[in-house]
Amino acid sequence: MFLKAKRLSKLTLGPVLLFLSLISNGAWAAEAESWRHRFQFNLPIGATDVGAQIYGLHMLVFWICVGVSVVVFGAMFYTVFAFRKSRGAVASQFHESTTLEIAWTIVPFVILIGLAFPATKTLLEIYDNKSADLDVMITGYQWKWKYEYIDPQGNNVSFFSSLRTPQSEIYNEEAKGQDYLLEVDEPLYLPVNKKVRFLVTGNDVIHSWWVPELAVKRDAIPGFVNEAHTKAIKTGIFRGQCAELCGRDHGFMPIVVNVVSQDEYDAWLGKKKAEATELKALMEKEFTLPELVERGKGVYERTCVACHGVNGEGGIGKPLAKSAIATGDIKTHLGIVIHGKAGTAMQAFGGQLNEVDLAAVVTYERNAFGNNMGDSAQPVDVYKLKKGQ
Amino acid sequence: MAGQSTSGHEHYYVPEQSKLAIFAAFGLFLSVYGAARVINHAHYHADEPSSAGFLLLAGLAVFIGTLFAWFRTTINENRAGMNSAQLKHSYVLGMQWFIFSEVMFFLAFFGALFYVRVLAGPWLASMGDKSMNHLIWEGFKFQWPLMQTPQQAVGLAKQYMANNGTFSGPHENLSFPGFSKMFHWLPLWNTIILLSSSFTVHLAHSGIKANNRGQLKFWLGVTVALGLSFVFLQYREYHEAFTELGLTLHSGIYGSTFFMLTGFHGFHVIMGATILLVQFLRATVAGHFSDADQFGFEAASWYWHFVDVVWVGLFLFVYIL
Amino acid sequence: MGEHHHGPAKGLTRWLYTTNHKDIGTLYLWFSFAMFILGGSFAMIIRAELFQPGLQLVHPEFFNQMTTMHGLVMVFGAIMPAFVGLANWMIPMMIGAPDMALPRMNNLSFWILPFAFAMLASTLFMQGGAPNFGWTFYAPLSTTYAPPSVTFFIFAIHIMGASSIMGSINIIATVVNLRAPGMTYMKMPLFVWTWFITAFLLVAVMPVLAGAVTMMLMDIHFGTSFFSAAGGGDPVLFQHVFWFFGHPEVYILILPGFGVVSQIIPTFARKPLFGYASMVYATASIAFLSFIVWAHHMYTVGLPVAGELFFMYATLLIAVPTGVKVFNWITTMFKGSMTFETPMLFSIAFVFLFTVGGLSGVMLAMAPVDFQYQDTYFVVAHFHYTMVAGAIFSLTAATYYWLPKWTGRMYSETMGKTHFWLSFFAFNLTFFPQHFVGLAGMPRRIPDYALQFADFNMVSSIGAFFYGSSQILFLFNVIRTIRSGRPITDPKVWEGAQGLEWTVATPAPYHTFTTPPEVK
Ligand code: HEA
Ligand code: HEA
Ligand code: HEC
Ligand code: CUA
Ligand SMILES: [Cu+2]
Repeated sequence: MFLKAKRLSKLTLGPVLLFLSLISNGAWAAEAESWRHRFQFNLPIGATDVGAQIYGLHMLVFWICVGVSVVVFGAMFYTVFAFRKSRGAVASQFHESTTLEIAWTIVPFVILIGLAFPATKTLLEIYDNKSADLDVMITGYQWKWKYEYIDPQGNNVSFFSSLRTPQSEIYNEEAKGQDYLLEVDEPLYLPVNKKVRFLVTGNDVIHSWWVPELAVKRDAIPGFVNEAHTKAIKTGIFRGQCAELCGRDHGFMPIVVNVVSQDEYDAWLGKKKAEATELKALMEKEFTLPELVERGKGVYERTCVACHGVNGEGGIGKPLAKSAIATGDIKTHLGIVIHGKAGTAMQAFGGQLNEVDLAAVVTYERNAFGNNMGDSAQPVDVYKLKKGQ
Repeated sequence: MAGQSTSGHEHYYVPEQSKLAIFAAFGLFLSVYGAARVINHAHYHADEPSSAGFLLLAGLAVFIGTLFAWFRTTINENRAGMNSAQLKHSYVLGMQWFIFSEVMFFLAFFGALFYVRVLAGPWLASMGDKSMNHLIWEGFKFQWPLMQTPQQAVGLAKQYMANNGTFSGPHENLSFPGFSKMFHWLPLWNTIILLSSSFTVHLAHSGIKANNRGQLKFWLGVTVALGLSFVFLQYREYHEAFTELGLTLHSGIYGSTFFMLTGFHGFHVIMGATILLVQFLRATVAGHFSDADQFGFEAASWYWHFVDVVWVGLFLFVYIL
Repeated sequence: MGEHHHGPAKGLTRWLYTTNHKDIGTLYLWFSFAMFILGGSFAMIIRAELFQPGLQLVHPEFFNQMTTMHGLVMVFGAIMPAFVGLANWMIPMMIGAPDMALPRMNNLSFWILPFAFAMLASTLFMQGGAPNFGWTFYAPLSTTYAPPSVTFFIFAIHIMGASSIMGSINIIATVVNLRAPGMTYMKMPLFVWTWFITAFLLVAVMPVLAGAVTMMLMDIHFGTSFFSAAGGGDPVLFQHVFWFFGHPEVYILILPGFGVVSQIIPTFARKPLFGYASMVYATASIAFLSFIVWAHHMYTVGLPVAGELFFMYATLLIAVPTGVKVFNWITTMFKGSMTFETPMLFSIAFVFLFTVGGLSGVMLAMAPVDFQYQDTYFVVAHFHYTMVAGAIFSLTAATYYWLPKWTGRMYSETMGKTHFWLSFFAFNLTFFPQHFVGLAGMPRRIPDYALQFADFNMVSSIGAFFYGSSQILFLFNVIRTIRSGRPITDPKVWEGAQGLEWTVATPAPYHTFTTPPEVK
């Protein structure tokens, strides 16, 4: 509803209409989530102790700034008001006062020391990543996140999490949903009241994993593992976004974290582990060509289309239609998709896609865009290639 | 302060309009534009012909030609007696702060060197600070010079992050080989050469101060020769690095810092030697400089000393330590 | 040669070949204004896209290019050259010098810029588009993942840096060497002082920027691995090198502004500047501190905690000398006899709004809290308060203040005041709400945003269109003044003005101080 009002005001562009629409929105916003939500203008207190401390610090430094402003601007406006020529003010000529100057050097200094103490304390706490109950490895990709639950027994569970908002909403062809741009296909699940350590890294460029309510923001630097931690003290869904410019879709790689009870968490993890076993079974299966092509089309449209185009016409990436590689030796083709091409935007997808998807996408590329090769790769082939056989 | 109020304040030579600047700016632009075209062409369209090289050469010709004219103009103005002591001091200041800016340029690269040696390298190998980087670079050990890159340690195919280049360390490095082999070690000879050239340029300076032109010419000539032999030895060293040691720009951070530092230094030596050569020609062919006025020479010698000091830093931090 | 007796040459070659500090100053000022319009149009595209949620005008790639080019053009094309223009015009006149110390090089410094920015702007039309990695161009987004135009960007930065270095060497030489007899360092006007210190900052950090882009060039095209962990380098190394340049750079953008305001406030308060000496020392302390705080832009990259603490303490410290300046300005006005001509209005707004920006800077300096602020619109709000209400407002003030001296004509005060009030309100309308969306969690550099940020963004966009259009008034006022403003001849222009520049004729003759004045 209020989106329509916005479009109207966009058309007219008049400030008057803007205000009307603002007021009207305020009054009729029954279905708009809530006033408070729409006009949020402060940091969230969040769901962690550290977050609450940060919030406290934020309010402290904020009120100090307000205090300084009141004094400084008060003095300034009084001066501007009182000593105007039009009121007959005559300029005095003093231009020095050592006492005054010492005073206003020392007072701010003392205030700053007052700020530095609590800040140091909180900072040390943020940096204390020891004795976590759970380790989650977070890897930023252009433009999605990979989460990997590190399992002491080696049964790591991992999956990718990417934007779920459809293009039609982004391009204003459909009404935008409640969580527009803040929704993902697979959220991260965390147990409540557990200290979780995040191992944050990047795969390609620098990203930054940020969930305000968990009070974590850590840059994901390719080749380096950063540490951070959180301990949510209440359950709920917490949303965040990538906070470091990472290329085209930087604005479109949100983060959703479901903090749930331990039981729910265990159930979810169990499900994930079962899925992984299922995938293993798939890996041993012989797929038919149409099966692979169909699956591969999906993979292609999710992962490759951005660079290689809908019809394999290329873009950032080389054209695949009739390309020497897509119509040449299938091993080379698999190889370039698995290992990428050094020094170009073509990444190594071997770590991002599972064997089934890799086999499927390569098969798809060889049988689409007029390539009609008619051959296919099976998951085992990929597996062998990855293992260097 | 005190000096300046007495020194020819009545006449500060402000040149007439001059075409020099606009030509220099244009030449500079053409050079970098051409260079960018050449580089991009080699990277993205290496298989097609390109005329960018011509732009680069034309740009350099305009730029260098203009600089030549520029220096000739200033030299002639000075010799025509148009420069007050105060104006000469402006040139002195200009040169000094130019050298300072060069120092800062080198500092960026030295900073990079210290950063990777002291901080980033050990972090990558999870040394000391218990970092978790071994999750990515399992098996990587840090040592300096870096003979095996993190990528090599884990293997290209098993590399965790997106691949943006292949970096393989050298087979051998150019560090201090120990006292027994010291005399087969080029950097030592280079150090000796460069240090003595600083000394010889000083002798040349004393020569002109004492109005002994013979001394000036001789030692200046020797300095230029030393500079050129340094360049030659450096060339030999690079040749050896590329052909025998496997040390190239692709050899990871050791190769990167090594070639950038020594390369920029070498470039400055070539520049410095050229400038000194010009001063040599001025002294011998044109008979410039006197015991009272030899700023062109002096500026060149400061530059040379600066290049020398940078080398001492290089010798210590790139080769020895 | 009779070089003191000629007036300006005629025609285009006057500008191409000039060695006159006033001509070169004029060139710089017009150039920077053109860049302000260019950078401003990019900002208008940004704000139009952000007017409401969803993508309506531009694609994300192009949006990133706009953000990048906006930042680059504004910082390197608008503000820095504008201050160099002022320096060219004013420093020789303020210290009683015949011209800049190295006049031909002065012309070279200028003429590099149009070429550099033409090259930078041309990247918009290249295959793959213009630089799209933010004005801070973090590797590896700006190396491995950059569009081909990055090579042109790198070389543009190189020659632009060369121009800045030459420009600042010139200023250093002028100030050290060309002061009139009796003009001791501690008698120099503050504008000269602040520029003198800025020039040192420039000579120290521009070469470091050159180093940073050189490393990029090598990584992209020649196989080095400065910023690649696979070869033993570190992407964060780039950030260290960049911010070692970048933080002093933000003071480069503001210190001359401090100088301008320190000239204007005494004039219209009709009272000498309070605490001259402490102003000088404060400026020097800010410059010194600026070298040891760079990592406050990198709190979230995973620095060791000791480093984090060091940079937090050092950053907080900067509030002290800056506070000294603010207090000095206010005390200068205290017990003055104030009038509020346009330059004074902009100066008072400067003190007010810059302090707001400075205070949000102190909030950002608190490392633990910066974890929540970093890379949000809160930061965007902070730096527009310091750079638009700081640098741009002081430049505007300076233009109104010295325009009568430059042209011998008076601008329209009514139009000037209108321009001020429009700018003041529109500026706040644009950037104040950005604090709120930032705190509420809106990241910067995004072309599209979640619904809860919609209303404030719309307000901000409206403000931005207003702010942008009110600058037309400024442009118009300046052109009108030059062509048909009321002629004035009083050397002093402003009743309370002090200093050598007000002793020469109005309009300032083509050559001033062919023999140095005696300063007592
Ligand atoms: C003109 C430019 C300018 C200026 C002057 C400043 C001034 C300051 N800046 Fe700002 N800053 C920028 C331009 C500027 N900044 C830009 C462009 C960025 C973003 C770059 C990017 O990422 O793109 C940035 C980002 C930035 C960050 C990083 C934020 C982030 O990315 O997470 C930080 C963090 O510490 C910071 C701090 C400060 C501080 C402490 C000051 C101080 O100098 C302010 C000092 C002034 C005052 C404090 C007010 C007056 C003082 C008093 C009245 C005394 C009493 C006060 C107290 C006791 C509190 N700035
Ligand atoms: C120093 C300089 C400076 C100045 C003056 C400005 C001025 C403005 N900036 Fe800015 N801005 C930056 C420096 C500056 N900015 C930087 C460094 C960044 C970070 C970039 C990055 O993230 O990498 C940034 C980022 C930035 C963003 C965030 C973008 C993002 O994160 O995606 C936004 C968004 O609102 C914005 C808006 C504006 C607006 C509305 C103005 C307005 O004040 C502009 C108003 C001016 C004009 C509109 C031009 C003048 C108009 C006329 C004279 C009218 C006549 C016109 C014609 C005849 C055509 N800027
Ligand atoms: C971020 C951009 C990007 C994405 C995403 C991407 N590619 Fe590529 N791809 C490239 C680039 C760039 C090249 C050209 C490399 C070169 O210069 O040889 C390339 C080359 C290729 C080639 C070789 C083409 C040839 O003839 O040389 C194949 C095959 C290929 N990609 C397949 C894929 C598949 C399959 C996917 C998805 C799973 C994918 N790409 C996703 C950028 C991308
Ligand atoms: Cu990922 Cu921004
Ligand atoms: Cu800073």
